[in-house]
Amino acid sequence: MEGFNHYIVPSIVAVFLLYGLLQNVPVFDVFLEGAKEGLSTAVRILPSLVGLITAVGVFKASGALDLLSHGLKPAAQFLGLPTEVMPLALLRPVSGSGGMAVFRDLLDSHGPDSFVGRVASVMMGSTETTFYTIAVYYGAIDVRKTRHTLPAALGADLAGFVFSSLAVLWLFGQ
Amino acid sequence: MMNYIFAGMILFGIMVALLCGRMEAVSSALMTECGSAVELVVGLTGSICLWCGLMKVADRAGLTEKISRLLSPLTRIAFPGLDPHGPAMRAISMNISANLLGLGNAATPLGINAMKELAKLSPLQGVATNHMAMFVVLNTAALDLLPTTVGLLRLQAGSSSPFDILPAVWLASSASVVVGVTLAKLLGLGHSHERKHCHGRL
Repeated sequence: MEGFNHYIVPSIVAVFLLYGLLQNVPVFDVFLEGAKEGLSTAVRILPSLVGLITAVGVFKASGALDLLSHGLKPAAQFLGLPTEVMPLALLRPVSGSGGMAVFRDLLDSHGPDSFVGRVASVMMGSTETTFYTIAVYYGAIDVRKTRHTLPAALGADLAGFVFSSLAVLWLFGQ
Repeated sequence: MMNYIFAGMILFGIMVALLCGRMEAVSSALMTECGSAVELVVGLTGSICLWCGLMKVADRAGLTEKISRLLSPLTRIAFPGLDPHGPAMRAISMNISANLLGLGNAATPLGINAMKELAKLSPLQGVATNHMAMFVVLNTAALDLLPTTVGLLRLQAGSSSPFDILPAVWLASSASVVVGVTLAKLLGLGHSHERKHCHGRL
């Protein structure tokens, strides 16, 4: 499975270039055109990421996250989630590295094949770092009014979490 | 929305730190986290340039149009009214394909590309359109069919079969996508800013 994985990216790049050459596209010139656009995009997403990552860092370092996940334990029970995964549910949407760290802790402390370990794994596999995605995508095109994006995205995350627990319960039992 | 979240996280954090005596940690977070954001972007810049360049090659060669035709039965449901052969739909299709293949590094730059194309169709600068919201929601719900990082971490933690969770991941992922798409549709009702008849090409 790991081996197969290494073939995907090189194959895609090869297909792109071969197809381009066959269609008489000046591949390097066109590549540079696109890469130059990419560079200005990278500069444009920087401000929103600095703001968001700093805010998440303060939130974590202050202990506010621990406090919140402790306070939200009844909500976890209500949603049918094991209370142990609550910090993961809170951190996953806001921080990629933070979510990954909590996930590792859960695997180590509960075991990957335990109920908690499986629910945490499915949560990681079925959701993304929502805030980061929003900051990067809207930051790139200077959109400030995101309208209903965040509520819809967080609703999707919540559904992903609840169904992680349900699916593990259903497919593996307690 | 993001205004309140940004200020809320920082202010609530400072308040908690004040009560728990963790000001030192918060102070150092304020100093260092902004730098780590720059590191993140610098790390991303290479792959953004690479994939934007490759995408341009594939687009010029007509490859993206083929891929977007392949995905059109799905994309048409999520993005009604968007020209199925236009540059925006082609960019969206490339991003969705990269997501399905689990190519996170390629998916982000391709997604940014798609947002730019969607922005060209928007008459209002600085305001998200329904298509943009739908697209971002699709990207926040993981479409990854084979979450290799999760599998790898499970293996390292001593799992007997790290990928036995895949059916559960697909179930939870589908639930999250269905809820996300439904919410995006419902909440976006009645406020469409899209230009309805846009058939422009690159």
